Amino acid sequence: MARVVVDVMLKPEILDPQGQAVQRALPRLGFEGISDVRQGKRFELEVDGPVDEAALARIHDLAESFLANTVIEDFIVKVEEVAEAAK
Amino acid sequence: MTARIGVVTFPGSLDDRDTQRAIRLAGAEPVALWHKDKNLHQVDAVVLPGGFSYGDYLRAGAISRFSPVMETVIEQAKAGLPVLGICNGFQILTEAHLLPGGMLGNDHLHFICRDQKLRVENADTAWTADYESGQEIHIPLKNMDGRYVADEYTLDKLEAEGRVAFRYVARGEAAHGYGNPNGSLRDIAGITNEAGNVVGLMPHPEHAVEPLIGSGRTDGLPFFTSILKKLVNA
Amino acid sequence: MSRTPLDTVEHAAATPDVELPWAELGLKKDEYERVVEILGRRPTGAELAMYSVMWSEHCSYKSSKVHLRQFGEKAPQSDALLVGIGENAGVVDVGQGYAVTFKVESHNHPSYVEPYQGAATGVGGIVRDIIAMGARPVAVVDPLRFGAADHPDTKRVLPGVVAGIGGYGNCLGLPNIGGEVVFDACYQGNPLVNAGAIGVMRHEDIHLAKASGSGNKVILYGARTGGDGIGGASILASETFDDAKPSKRPAVQVGDPFQEKLLIECTLEAFKEKLVVGIQDLGAAGLSCATSELASNGSGGMRVTLDDVPLRDSTLSPEEILMSESQERMCAVVEPEKVDRFLEICDKWDVIATVIGEVTDGDRLEIYWHGGKIVDVDPRTVAHDGPVYERPYARPQWQDALQADDAGKLARPASPAELKDQVRKLVASPNQASKKWITSQYDHFVQGNTVLAQPEDSGMIRIDEESGLGVAIATDGNGRYAKLDPYAGAQLALAEAYRNVATTGAKPLAVSDCLNFGSPEDPAVMWQFAEAIRGLADACQQLGTPVTGGNVSLYNQTGEAAIHPTPVVAVLGVIDDVARRTPVAFQEEGQLLYLLGDTREEFGGSAWSQVVHDHLGGLPPKVDLERERLLGEILISASRDGMIDSAHDLSDGGLIQAVVESALLGEKGARLVVPDGLDAFTFLFSESAGRAVVAVPRSEELRFNDMCGARGLPVTRIGVVDGDSVDVQGEFALSLEELREAHEATIPALLA
Repeated sequence: MARVVVDVMLKPEILDPQGQAVQRALPRLGFEGISDVRQGKRFELEVDGPVDEAALARIHDLAESFLANTVIEDFIVKVEEVAEAAK
Repeated sequence: MTARIGVVTFPGSLDDRDTQRAIRLAGAEPVALWHKDKNLHQVDAVVLPGGFSYGDYLRAGAISRFSPVMETVIEQAKAGLPVLGICNGFQILTEAHLLPGGMLGNDHLHFICRDQKLRVENADTAWTADYESGQEIHIPLKNMDGRYVADEYTLDKLEAEGRVAFRYVARGEAAHGYGNPNGSLRDIAGITNEAGNVVGLMPHPEHAVEPLIGSGRTDGLPFFTSILKKLVNA
Repeated sequence: MSRTPLDTVEHAAATPDVELPWAELGLKKDEYERVVEILGRRPTGAELAMYSVMWSEHCSYKSSKVHLRQFGEKAPQSDALLVGIGENAGVVDVGQGYAVTFKVESHNHPSYVEPYQGAATGVGGIVRDIIAMGARPVAVVDPLRFGAADHPDTKRVLPGVVAGIGGYGNCLGLPNIGGEVVFDACYQGNPLVNAGAIGVMRHEDIHLAKASGSGNKVILYGARTGGDGIGGASILASETFDDAKPSKRPAVQVGDPFQEKLLIECTLEAFKEKLVVGIQDLGAAGLSCATSELASNGSGGMRVTLDDVPLRDSTLSPEEILMSESQERMCAVVEPEKVDRFLEICDKWDVIATVIGEVTDGDRLEIYWHGGKIVDVDPRTVAHDGPVYERPYARPQWQDALQADDAGKLARPASPAELKDQVRKLVASPNQASKKWITSQYDHFVQGNTVLAQPEDSGMIRIDEESGLGVAIATDGNGRYAKLDPYAGAQLALAEAYRNVATTGAKPLAVSDCLNFGSPEDPAVMWQFAEAIRGLADACQQLGTPVTGGNVSLYNQTGEAAIHPTPVVAVLGVIDDVARRTPVAFQEEGQLLYLLGDTREEFGGSAWSQVVHDHLGGLPPKVDLERERLLGEILISASRDGMIDSAHDLSDGGLIQAVVESALLGEKGARLVVPDGLDAFTFLFSESAGRAVVAVPRSEELRFNDMCGARGLPVTRIGVVDGDSVDVQGEFALSLEELREAHEATIPALLA
């Protein structure tokens, strides 16, 4: 079993008020030196069977047509090796 | 002889019954449409109502957009069927690419409910003919994700083609409903497609149809009388 | 991996010497022994879990029962009452074949831990109670109390609570039409998040929480069951299984309002087709509570197979499944031949539904797991015959000194300039300031029937489009008054809510109460509790408005410091035609302003004493329930007959607060004249009860005065709606602009 991760972020030119709210709170919490924060979404897909090129292509389509709204969001697809189930 | 106007109920739709009431008050016949049913039952127009379909999970309107009923709505909208998307309905229309751009979270990060001042920019669409261009009206607004965005090219195109249907009246006293309530680019509250049969807007005209209820104004009624006139005269 | 044998009834009977962790689960030794006595053997792990949670304070009301009885004993005769105390919510007849159900509940402790989810799941819970009665929920209200407005922790808790209430209620499509926000340092570590809801149905749709009819099926539907809110049951889990699972279970329940919206729709469809014989929602104590209550309220017997419960987490033990407080779940009792149709409706709405048991002959609740019987109890012993404590109570030693510390002796403004300054301070103080920043995060419009919403005196919903029939609800409570005198304080809370409903033109019918107090182990708190209930029960009896249900929240204290005793009272009323309702805002210039009632020098617990002197002492305003009744009748008649165009009741902040609110909402000023016999200060700031300010069109002046005169209600002309300032003749004038600035800037400045 493999896990495929799709990271979705707002396109860089879009205002991200949630990210800004996080960034504004950082100094108050004692964290200096972080000039920008942008907030996105991470989808973890547990895939049955091998993650070959065909499977990745299908997932790419899924990401493009559903998981992300490409009018306002960008996405990246990556494969992760799954570690032993955490105890 | 009156027009039949369909109102779709998705799981989580909230303003479907209010929309049906508004249609009834305008003199047309509301027809309840179920999201799983591809058949539109010979309606003359369709409204996608407000609410939190699918809880706004993934993105507002993202899941509804793939409902069986939407297959038919998209097909028929492209063929000229009048479609109105209110709030969540507007979100569904952008997700379905029947209208350009997208909707994001309000810039101030809160849900906002207020009686909002709008300017009618385009009184030529199937849904806005009973208004006058430039008319200022009050329509209730209530949402979490009402910020309209699109790239500069699209925004310029919308402006140039007169496809901005409604704008928030930005300058004025907040106490009286003025101001851009969510950070929408170019203060855009509603837009139309090229043919003028598909209109989407964030505020809720169905909540401004009775003098006693809510804000007490009836500025929203012309949406429903406009479409009725258009259909009956067609 | 070895497993200890399943702790079945058989196994328990055969192993009497096994030690069970009853203390860790919150039971006292005598309570555990009582369980052993009831069963005639030691309980199984699952039975122990059930008894421990159902006999907890929260579920059994063991400290409160002896006092709450008064609501039943002193219940006034009421033709309107259809369902009283004991069901999920009370139900009243409002005419034209309609029945309205309503209730207020608390979710205080979870909201301190996780403000958003605590408040959200509070809304979820109360709404499910309403559905369980057979009604479509039509509105929510939320009385909220937080610590000091400028305290950093208030900034953590308040926005989360408000976002949670909005996030859940808005997504359900319920207009938020009322409530209040109060700040007081006593609530710092113990915010009070009370949630109320109203539902509407036809008389014949009333459903009760009972399982009857041997052979009828028990169906669990809604969300999957997970490890939410399990708490102590995990200890048991570790007794019967070893290390094949995560050790931590989430303590906070997370709500899914979309799931609840689906639940509402499919339940209402099932009701419409008359498929449901009995129904219960799953709240505190989850399945333990639902099964034991359904069984004990019905014919007495039920058999449940826990293996059939749809799970989100397959590692849950049977004890954990029984204890789980996963949200958005209901239990319906359905006749066998109707089960298929019920399941079909759930499927239409994509709601998971499973038959998990059936009603049986006899009087046992039997629960099976993996083929073994792990619970065999008389459900009444779990759900109803819990321990009853008679906790000691005693008037605290400091009460006399507190009452002797007369607020009337505090330094009063010495000049008109000082008076003006104090007025400005008052309307700008956090408790009196505009809460619009908060209330605009709630949907008021959804369902298209909202006639009045905050900041009006009551929330009002139209329930019949043809006739204009409507219902109104107001919630009030004043912890400061109750601290000074709990008996009077509770009565004043009822009086205020009653007055608020009548001010909008609706006739008060019934009451739901949310009693928020400190630790019952403190005799002083217990005395406050006993006194408050006594006061409320007496007042309800006198005013003819029965208590139909409610909620008790104890242990609201941090260390030694208890919150002010805070009984919150919700009053439900009915109005024949919502078109006749009376708004708060001044409507027209030239209308005459009248003060109804008597004004005395009463400043104990007043907003003025808090804002100007940070003082709490003396006695609260005198209670005169007959006056409240008369005032209510006058306001309702005046509303119905068009004699008044606006009205506002007087409470915190006295007359000046009420006039400023009406002026700002109406965007019209007022010119006031201090009446003979009163000084300006008392006129503006006194908080005497039983009063309201009304605006009377000149054409109605005679008729209105005659009516008040004939009925013996003191009425004093105090001015006229006019101009763009609030002008107190001979004292000061404050422009509407200045007042608005003061009134509306405070909350956003503190919280935005």
